[in-house]
Formats: sequence, structure tokens, C-alpha cells
Amino acid sequence: MGNFDRTLSSEDVVRRRATLLQRLHIDGWLLLILLVLAAGGLFVLYSASGKNWDTLLKQASSFGLGLLAMFIVAQIEPRFMARWVPLAYLGGSAMLLYVELFGYTAMGATRWIHIPGVIRFQPSEFMKLIMPATIAWYLARGSLPPRLKHICISLLLIGIPFVLVLKQPDLGTAMLILASGAFVLFMGGLRWRWISAAVAAAVPIAVAMWFFVLHDYQKQRIHTFLDPESDPLGSGWNIIQSKAAIGSGGVFGKGWLLGTQSHLDFLPESHTDFIIAVLGEEFGLVGICLLLMVYLVLIGRGLFITAQAQTLFGKLLAGSITMTFFVYVFVNIGMVSGLLPVVGVPLPFISYGGTSLVTLMTGFGVLMSVHTHRKWIAQA
Amino acid sequence: MPQPIRLKDHERDARLVRRRVVVGAVLVVMLTLVLVARAYYLQVIQYDHHTTLAENNRIHVQPIPPTRGLIFDRNGVIIADNRPSFSLTVTRERAGDWQAVLDTLVQVLELTSEDRAIFEKRFRQGRRPFEPVPILFELTEEQIARIAVNQFRLPGVEVTAQLVRHYPLGEHFAQSVGYVGRINEQELKKLDPVDYSGTHHIGKTGAEKFYENVLHGEVGYEEVETNARGRVLRVLKRTEPQSGRDLTLNLDLRLQQAAEAALAGRRGAVVAIEPATGGILAMASQPSFDPNLFVTGISFKDYAALRDSIDRPLYNRVLRGLYPPGSTIKPMVAAAGLDAGVITERSRIFDPGYYQLPNYEHKYRNWNRNGEGWVDLQLAIMRSNDTYFYDLALKLGVRRLHDYLYGMGIGRRVSIDLGEEAEGLMPSPEWKRARYRQAWYPGETLILGIGQGYMQATPLQLAQATALVANKGRWVRPRLLRSAAGLTPEQLMADGQIPQVETPPDVVLKDMKYWDMVSNGMQQVLHNPRGTAFKVGSQALYRIAGKSGTAQVVAIKQGEKYDRSKIQERHRDHALFIAFAPVENPQIAVAVMVENGESGSGVAAPVVKQVMDAWLLDDSGQLKAQFRPAPPAVESH
Repeated sequence: MGNFDRTLSSEDVVRRRATLLQRLHIDGWLLLILLVLAAGGLFVLYSASGKNWDTLLKQASSFGLGLLAMFIVAQIEPRFMARWVPLAYLGGSAMLLYVELFGYTAMGATRWIHIPGVIRFQPSEFMKLIMPATIAWYLARGSLPPRLKHICISLLLIGIPFVLVLKQPDLGTAMLILASGAFVLFMGGLRWRWISAAVAAAVPIAVAMWFFVLHDYQKQRIHTFLDPESDPLGSGWNIIQSKAAIGSGGVFGKGWLLGTQSHLDFLPESHTDFIIAVLGEEFGLVGICLLLMVYLVLIGRGLFITAQAQTLFGKLLAGSITMTFFVYVFVNIGMVSGLLPVVGVPLPFISYGGTSLVTLMTGFGVLMSVHTHRKWIAQA
Repeated sequence: MPQPIRLKDHERDARLVRRRVVVGAVLVVMLTLVLVARAYYLQVIQYDHHTTLAENNRIHVQPIPPTRGLIFDRNGVIIADNRPSFSLTVTRERAGDWQAVLDTLVQVLELTSEDRAIFEKRFRQGRRPFEPVPILFELTEEQIARIAVNQFRLPGVEVTAQLVRHYPLGEHFAQSVGYVGRINEQELKKLDPVDYSGTHHIGKTGAEKFYENVLHGEVGYEEVETNARGRVLRVLKRTEPQSGRDLTLNLDLRLQQAAEAALAGRRGAVVAIEPATGGILAMASQPSFDPNLFVTGISFKDYAALRDSIDRPLYNRVLRGLYPPGSTIKPMVAAAGLDAGVITERSRIFDPGYYQLPNYEHKYRNWNRNGEGWVDLQLAIMRSNDTYFYDLALKLGVRRLHDYLYGMGIGRRVSIDLGEEAEGLMPSPEWKRARYRQAWYPGETLILGIGQGYMQATPLQLAQATALVANKGRWVRPRLLRSAAGLTPEQLMADGQIPQVETPPDVVLKDMKYWDMVSNGMQQVLHNPRGTAFKVGSQALYRIAGKSGTAQVVAIKQGEKYDRSKIQERHRDHALFIAFAPVENPQIAVAVMVENGESGSGVAAPVVKQVMDAWLLDDSGQLKAQFRPAPPAVESH
């Protein structure tokens, strides 16, 4: 230790900063991208909410809360998480069951546990993280790739919360829960023949259901779900308007705060699920590509963390969280631009809504924890 | 073969996951490119299309309301139709400063500030963006002209033509067919927002309300392109609405008018049912009101006048009026007594003018205080002998009395499609315990036998019970609807379009002759010189079976006499009469209630006969051929 008197080179400064972040178990890259996204999100939200400062402040404080949650989760060692996962799964499923039986109903859906005067929350939101952790924990106990027995048990573990959430009804969240579990299996090396068999089986089952099981009114509902434009007064209204908003943005957009579609109240839900339409209208193709690029960098970092993770549990969990994040992006933009049916999935970090923001940030906290708690065997 | 022992191979697992990470990355990039391609398609290739839509204020989806089904009487006379009417709409997004626009409107049309308050209220109920909100209906030619001249000062204001409900027969069917009115906010929450997106009116009462689903039809829509001022430039796509189904009711305009004429300006209710089908032929509650007032919104003043009138025109006496059935219940009690075996046709009791329970002081009076001596079943019904029925009720007991009368429709909703029907009340000891926390007294059983006490029935229930006697116990639920575009009420029920109601089990007596005994007694009421309504029956060209009754409005103390001179007009008893005819082949069952009419036989019975005459007699005053009793069948071997 004889170099106290050495002047600090710029290289040293970078190293020391990195060390500080590492000591706090924060991944600098992830944090940087998240901050960029959140800043951009608030920027778009200001326009989408009709210059509403209240909305903006609420969203900013949710983001602060999310950062806190992320920071706390990042401190927890993955091994410690794995130990508590089964209990969390049981607790989460029990809460979902409680919701199914005695839950609090609002806007035609029963999603909340409501303890008057104390708290009101959606257990399905927790399940978005508990689900991949459970399957990762389960698969990490055995060896890869998972065998038929493990697959069946995994599917059962996924199925229970999936069905409970689907019945609330909350198709969007149910789908995300299903995806988060399924991606663990995928990351765990689920054999291609199982994957293709599942796809091959889905088609004839769907066809048979259509012809033999479903009633006419159910078919009608599925029809409007798949093709909202056939119901222009109902859900088709949003799609027609959001397509016009995005399309009229052109390559460079109409400019910040200058979108006509969104500012003339044409576009319902413009600051929540349909916010990408505002972005598309005001910032054009360039804006959308830029956003997608930031998302890609974030996902790239997540996949890098997955590949670098030391434990199998960490790998599977990080991989699933990253891929599920992409599902948010794809489903949301796909539905607003008229590629996919309308389900309630927000655009991560851009859509207004505190709950999903906190959940997402917590997920990235898990990624940071996986990445920063690695132990290096000293190398000579 | 021994299974190979699987050891955890961390290096192999890591490689596997790494390969999947690569696959995942490729998948993410590919799908992202799909999104980019979609954005490119919308924003570059279809840019012009979308810009035009957005710039021109763009594409509109306009709902086209379906035409509401018409309502006819049984002979095809229109009761409810749709009339074109001009209304004034304002589109908030195009109006700019809408407060100023409303001010201008009020000034141009020379309206009052009260009207403006109504405008504002209606205006605030606007639904989806860019939807024109109607604020004034039934514009006159002059108003339309004034708006046309001042159009430049009224951005976003339009005159639109739409079909509005109209009831050409005015007050005749206000109580049965009901009326439509503007959808209010509570209704808005319950309605399917898509189906009703172009509809401003909804059935509020009567058949209009009950058959709302059937009458409404399905909404259509058109996608139109409009310019910045909201003018439609062209229609891009149009889906036609589906009109609602027409309803043909069992009601008969002529009979309805006859029933109202028969009441001759008195307050009261008349219901006539065809026993075989349950079809309601006429249903009058007098006084009535003009349902057209409610369609486009009744003014505060008009409504207050209707609501506060001492004659209560808004009160549906047929369906909501609850009266103790009085002596009209006696035929049904007699049928119960015969079936239970506590009396026979021959059994008699002695009437000294009152009835006393053993060990009780209280005297239960016959209406004829002199007493009638020995009384059998026929005489008891004919003379409406209270003493006989006190005794019969006591022998039956409250339990059996309740079961029989409830089985005949007292104390339950009896119709298929009269949504406003009151339940009435057939008391039982359990009911009394739950309601008053008191035990049942034997005296209460006695007075049930003459239709007094807690028992309450609507005129409709009485008519139904009469039809049940005419049908010899066969249950047919009364119904307004004959057919909705070919569908019967039963088919609509099976189709799930109207609420399912089950037909109560038929009342099967041990011997069908018991029904004839009851009917005989009821015929004596009108056709025996000692019968209470002989004056009416003696003039009839056909045989009628009937029974009178009075419903007390205020209670009379023990030992006090009903003295009409001391009682205010509004506190006098209600007069009741039920009957069916011709007895050999019943075509019509009628129940009449005349408010404060005092005498069932004297006041209500003539009304019944007038209604029956209108139905059964032809223009020359003879019994219609199809209603004549069939000639006795000639036995052939």
C-alpha cells in the first residue's frame, strides 16, 4: 500500500465510482437506461395528460418509490430470495384465492384486497415477480433441460395463479404471469420438440373449441376481440383513433404538444395504455424507433446479466424478467398500432400508472441483485 | 436397465442457458423489427391517408339508432308509433365557448333562463367526444327557420331529424303500454353503451319498459369523413341498424274505451281477461294521463300537476292498487272449503246476524244484522252471507286458507309481463310473526273468510282468480302481449329475452263438480231474484257468474254502524265486483274497483256488465254467434 501519494488518474476515478455503485449493489448501466426512459416518459406524459402537473408529479413520485424498491431488492442476495420463494408463492396464491372469494370489486373486475382504512392492493401484481422466481427455483433444483415431470409440475404451478387472475377478469396481467413462467422454462432449455408440440396441439384444440364448444355469443366476443374494427363504437373506436394518431405523425412527428388527435380528446386512455399513440403522433417514426432502441439496450443488458449470472436460479430468473419486459413492449405497441387484440398492458416506464412502474422497477432490482452478488473465486 | 445417475453439470447448464439467451435476443430483435415495420407502414406508407383523416377532423363513427318496434292492439290499431321530429343538437368540441353558444340560442329562440338551465343539464350528459347532444326537441317550423338564419352565430349547433315515440291514442293505454322517456344517468350506467349509443329514449313504464329488449333493436353505424365544421363529406362504411320487433297486444281499443266509459268519470280500475289465453283485453285505471307528455321530457309544472292531483292519475290502480278483496274472495274460499271437505253443498249453518267464537264476547257481524236463518253454500254466496264464511274460515284454519288462496294467486305476482305489478298479501301466522312479532289470533282467521284483515289484492289478482274459477282451476298467467313479430311471451321467455316466470301449478279440486257448485252460487248472485246483483243480471242476454264486495277505507269501531252521511266522500268504501261470462263457455273475466263507490252490486256490477256487453254482443245487441253456448252434443253410435 505504498501508493497513497500517487495522483489520481482519470482511470482511477472511473474505477472508484464503479466500486461505489457495486458496493451499493447497483448496476450502473441499468440505472442509466432506466433514468433515461423515465425522463423521456415524463416528457411524453406531460403532453399526453394535457399538461397536467398533478399527473406528472404523481408519476415522478411513483418513479421515486420504484427506485427505492429497486434499491432495496438489489440488496437481497439471490440465494436468500430462492429460500423464501416457495412461501411467497403459497402466500401469493392464497391472496389470489382470497380475491376470487371475497375480493373488492371496482369497474366490473374483482382484483383488489381491500382492508378499509389500511390498504388496497392487487395481489396479481406481486405474482408477476413471484411466478418466474418460483419456476426458476423449482427448475434450478434439478438439472437442465427439464424433463416431462418437471414441465408438468411447472405448468401446474403457472396454471393456478393464471386461472385465478384470468377469472378476475384481467387478461393482460394473466398473460404476463403466464409469459413470465413460460420464459423460465424456455430459458431452462425446454426442448424444441416440446415447444413445437405445444404449438402444434394448440391449433386443432382451438379449431375444435370453435366448432363444438363455444356458443354463438362467445364466438362473437372473440371475433370483436380479434378484430376490434368490426365494433367501431366499442373497442374499435380506440384502435381507429390510435392508428390515425400514429399514422398522421409521419417520419418526424407533429412536434411536442402539437398532436391534434390526442389533444382533441379523440384518443381515450391517451395517457395510460394508449400513450404510444401520442408519442407516435408527436415524434413520428423517429420517436418510436428511438424508444425501441432504448428498450433494446435495456433488454440487451438484461440478457447480458442473464448470461453472466453465476447461479442457475439467477440465470433463469434474470432471463425470464428480461423477456417478460419485452412482452410488455411488444403487446402494448402491437395492440395500439392494430396488430394485436386490445388487452390491458401498459407501455413500461411511459404509461401513467404507479403500480406497474413499481413492479417493473422491483424486477430490475432483482436483475441488479443477480448481477452484483456474484462471488469471484480468486484467480492467481 | 439402471438409470444413469444425473449429476449437476453446471458448465453444461450454463451453456444451455447461454444458447437460449442468444435465441431470445434474436427473437426480441426480430419482433422489434416487426413493430418498426408496422410503424413504417402506418407512418410512411399510409401517411397521407391518416393525415387526411386526422387533419379533416377526421373520421367519425356515427351510430344510427334502430327504429323502435311499433305497438298494436289485437286488431292492428296502432297504440305506439314513431313520428319524425326535429331536435336541436350541440357538439361541445365544435361549439368553442359553449356557454356563449347557449346564451345565443336562448336569445335567438326567445326562451327563458329556466330553459337554459335544462339545456345545461342535458348538455352535461354528453357521452363520447364529438357526439352531438340533443338539448331541445320538437322544434317548430319557426324555430328551425330562426336557427337557419342565425347559423353563423351558432357553431356546433345543428337541427337533426329523428324518430320520436308518439302515442296517437293518448291516455287510453298510459297505464298498460306505458311510455318512453329520455335515458337518465342511472339507466345509462346499466345500459350497454354500444347498443344504446344512438338511442336517447328508453321504456320507462308498462310494456314499453318490460319489452325494452324486444322493442329496441340493434344499433347500426356509419363511418363518415367530416370537415372541420362537422359537415359529413362522405360515408366510408355503413352497417344498417336492425329495427326492434313490433308488439301486438291482447288489448282491444274498443273494449278499453267501453271500460273507461263504463266508469263514467269515477275513479277506479277495470281489468278484463280472456280466461282461455290469459290475454288482458282491457286494463283501465281512471283517471289517466297523456303519456306523450313524458316522451320528450315533461315540464316541472305539468309533472307537479299530475303528481299532486288528489285524483292521483299517475297511480296505476290495476297493478299497484292494493285492496282488501272483501266478499269477492268468498267463491274462492268456498272452493277451498269444498275441497278440504269441511263443508258440502248441502251443509248448513244458522245465522242469527252475527258469529261468535266460543268463549269470546266479540260479535262478528253479518252485513245483514237481522240474520238470514239457515244458510247453505248457494245461499251463502248468493246473499254474500258473512256468518257462513266466518264459520267456514274457522273450520278451514288459517294454514289451509293461506295455501288455497295463495295457490289461486292472492299475495303473489300473477302476470307474465306487467312489471309494475304489486305483490299483494296473503297473510299467514309465519308472516305475522315476522312482521309484527305477534301470535296469530283466531279472530283474524275469521275475517280472512270475508276478505278483510291483512289480506290485500290488486284488481289484476282478483281478475286472475276469477279467470281461474272460469277455467276450473287451470292456471294461465295474464299477459299483455299476444305476439312480438310471431313470438309468444312463452317463446320470448325461452329465448331469454324477457324474465322467466313459471306458471303456478293448476288448482286441482278432488271433484270437478266443486267448481260448478261455486259457479252456481256466483250465478245466483246475478240471476236469482234474491241475489245481491239481480238488478244487473236480470238485464243480461247471457248468464254471468259474479260476486260483489266492498273494501273498507277506514275501519269502523265495534258496535258502530257504517253511516255514509257521516263519512267523507274519500273515506267511503271502495266498491268491487268480479265476474265471468258466459258461464257455459267463459270468454271474459272482469274485475272492477270503483274508488269510494260503496256498493259492489250497485256501482261496480253495472260497470262489469257494460264491459261484458261490449265484448260479447254484436252491433245489433245480440250475443255474438261464436260465444253462444254450444248446442248439446248429439250422441251418435
